[in-house]
Amino acid sequence: MSVQDRSAEDLATAAGGAPVPTDVFVLERATVRYPGASGPALEGASFRVRTGECVALVGPNGAGKTTALRALLGLTPLVSGRAEVLGRPSAGWAREALAREVGVVAQREEPVFPITVLEAVEMGRYAHAGPWRALDTRDRDAVARAMARADVAALEDRWVETLSGGEWQRVRVARALAQEPRALVLDEPTASLDLSHEMQLFELIADLVRHDRLAALIVSHHLNVAARFADRLVVVAGGRVVADAAPDVVLEAARMSEVFAWPVAVQRLGDGAVQLYPERQPLSSIPGEPTR
Amino acid sequence: MRRLPTGTFVLLLAVAWLAAALIGLVSGGARLGLGDLLQALGGRGDETARGIVWSVRLPRVALGFLVGGVLAVAGAALQALVRNPLADPYLLGLSGGSGLGAVLAIALGLESAWALPAAAFIGSLVAIAVVYRLALVAGSTLDSRILLLAGVVVGAFAGALVSGILAVAEATGVRSAMLWLMGGLGGVGWAGVAALAAYAAPGLAVLARESRALNLLSLGEEPARYLGTDVGRSKRRVYIAASLLTAAAVASSGIIGFVGLAVPHAVRILRGHDHRGLLPSAFVLGGAFLVVADAVARTVVAPIELPVGVITALVGVPLFAVLLRRSVRRAAA
Repeated sequence: MSVQDRSAEDLATAAGGAPVPTDVFVLERATVRYPGASGPALEGASFRVRTGECVALVGPNGAGKTTALRALLGLTPLVSGRAEVLGRPSAGWAREALAREVGVVAQREEPVFPITVLEAVEMGRYAHAGPWRALDTRDRDAVARAMARADVAALEDRWVETLSGGEWQRVRVARALAQEPRALVLDEPTASLDLSHEMQLFELIADLVRHDRLAALIVSHHLNVAARFADRLVVVAGGRVVADAAPDVVLEAARMSEVFAWPVAVQRLGDGAVQLYPERQPLSSIPGEPTR
Repeated sequence: MRRLPTGTFVLLLAVAWLAAALIGLVSGGARLGLGDLLQALGGRGDETARGIVWSVRLPRVALGFLVGGVLAVAGAALQALVRNPLADPYLLGLSGGSGLGAVLAIALGLESAWALPAAAFIGSLVAIAVVYRLALVAGSTLDSRILLLAGVVVGAFAGALVSGILAVAEATGVRSAMLWLMGGLGGVGWAGVAALAAYAAPGLAVLARESRALNLLSLGEEPARYLGTDVGRSKRRVYIAASLLTAAAVASSGIIGFVGLAVPHAVRILRGHDHRGLLPSAFVLGGAFLVVADAVARTVVAPIELPVGVITALVGVPLFAVLLRRSVRRAAA
């Protein structure tokens, strides 16, 4: 946590009460239309993410997940509705100010020049240090804390191009933490990771949400992992939010079969978590899917 | 790939700079020993020697330091901006655009040391805008390989237009324009050095300010934005500053290629990719490189003087080939 003023939540905590969750991301009746597209990419979509909460944004390809993310981060203009970060319109944030509140781990990133892990994480301090100032002890502390938190301190001197996929993702989370944000946004963070690295990353995010009370918004195709970790699943389909609730409420066979246009079954595990199982079915029986 | 410690590296830069200055000052048609040189620099000794040192060799060496430094800094910044270590003001068409602007100015009779850089600046801005548009045609996201291809094509087009203008222009001035375009540091004098310094200073200041943003931009535009860079603003500033630097260099000494490719590459190997250190180091080393290249161009087939661009190309093109092979192999892996 940085020493910046942390508004309502801190005041409540200081007064001895339980922390009051703050709305970090708010999307309300948001509609986005890309020029030249036949229909809206996002239509009347609403959901919010609070501090201390992990929300997973799921849905089929092209459903509008990325558009929702871009709208929340102020990168895509809305036709109507509102998109806000910490009570301010997303489009009104300067990138530097936004980077001090929100750390984003984007889907793709390929450094063109070789850099070390430490250099990569130090780049998280740009929004605090600005163009001129050299990193001071406060910056170095933040970098060291972030690296310890994401368990990459031992990798400090490694070249990032020599890291495994799982290590590189943890380095990027460390860099986002070095920004000392209130929220993390992760776009398909485990798309290319094996089972154990995927679980490690989600455990790390869950821990950051529980203990550091960060807000986390994760876009993921991995429904079952998302369901085990997220407090809420927001399901987007055809540009609309079709469900927004706890995973065991959202993962309902009929609804998910319709959203993904494939028959699925639902099963409850011993610990109460609900998991989704796709059924087998011959390709010719898919309704409305013309053969190419 | 270990990097040099800071102390060693600064010492190396200082030695390279001093050695280049000495080599630049002692080479030339008139034979001057080290003793004559030092006397002349101190304002003593033979009057002819003083004249040669103060009004011929010193301005030439100063110009070499500035032109080489400015081109190397522009190249280093462009490499981060377009995310391609093969970028350089020459290969991106900026030099060609500057040359075209300057030749148009000469054809219109605007030949002062102060008007030429302005005309060259306009030419280089037009060139980079066209290159950028061409590269965007392939898709909404910029492909840096297509950008480089577009740069080479626009550079070739500018060169063709220059040939056309020179063919129809008045005979006087054409020969000097052709000689100047071939690239050379001779016959410029202190006025040219002053004009170059004045035009280059704002460009260098802007790039220094953007050097941390360049670190982020070399990760990609999306991560750079999320880490707090105003990507659009930074890109505009870097393009304009690099265009200004290239224009100032071309206006004073013609088209000299590959300095902006070779020198930043050497610094990247020795000291890594933090642009806050890379840009000033490239400035010092780029200057030293061009001064030495100029000394070689003057002496290797004396009394004939080679265009200095021949020497920089002899160093730069093989390096380009090696880098190209490596990047292709990397992409295949």
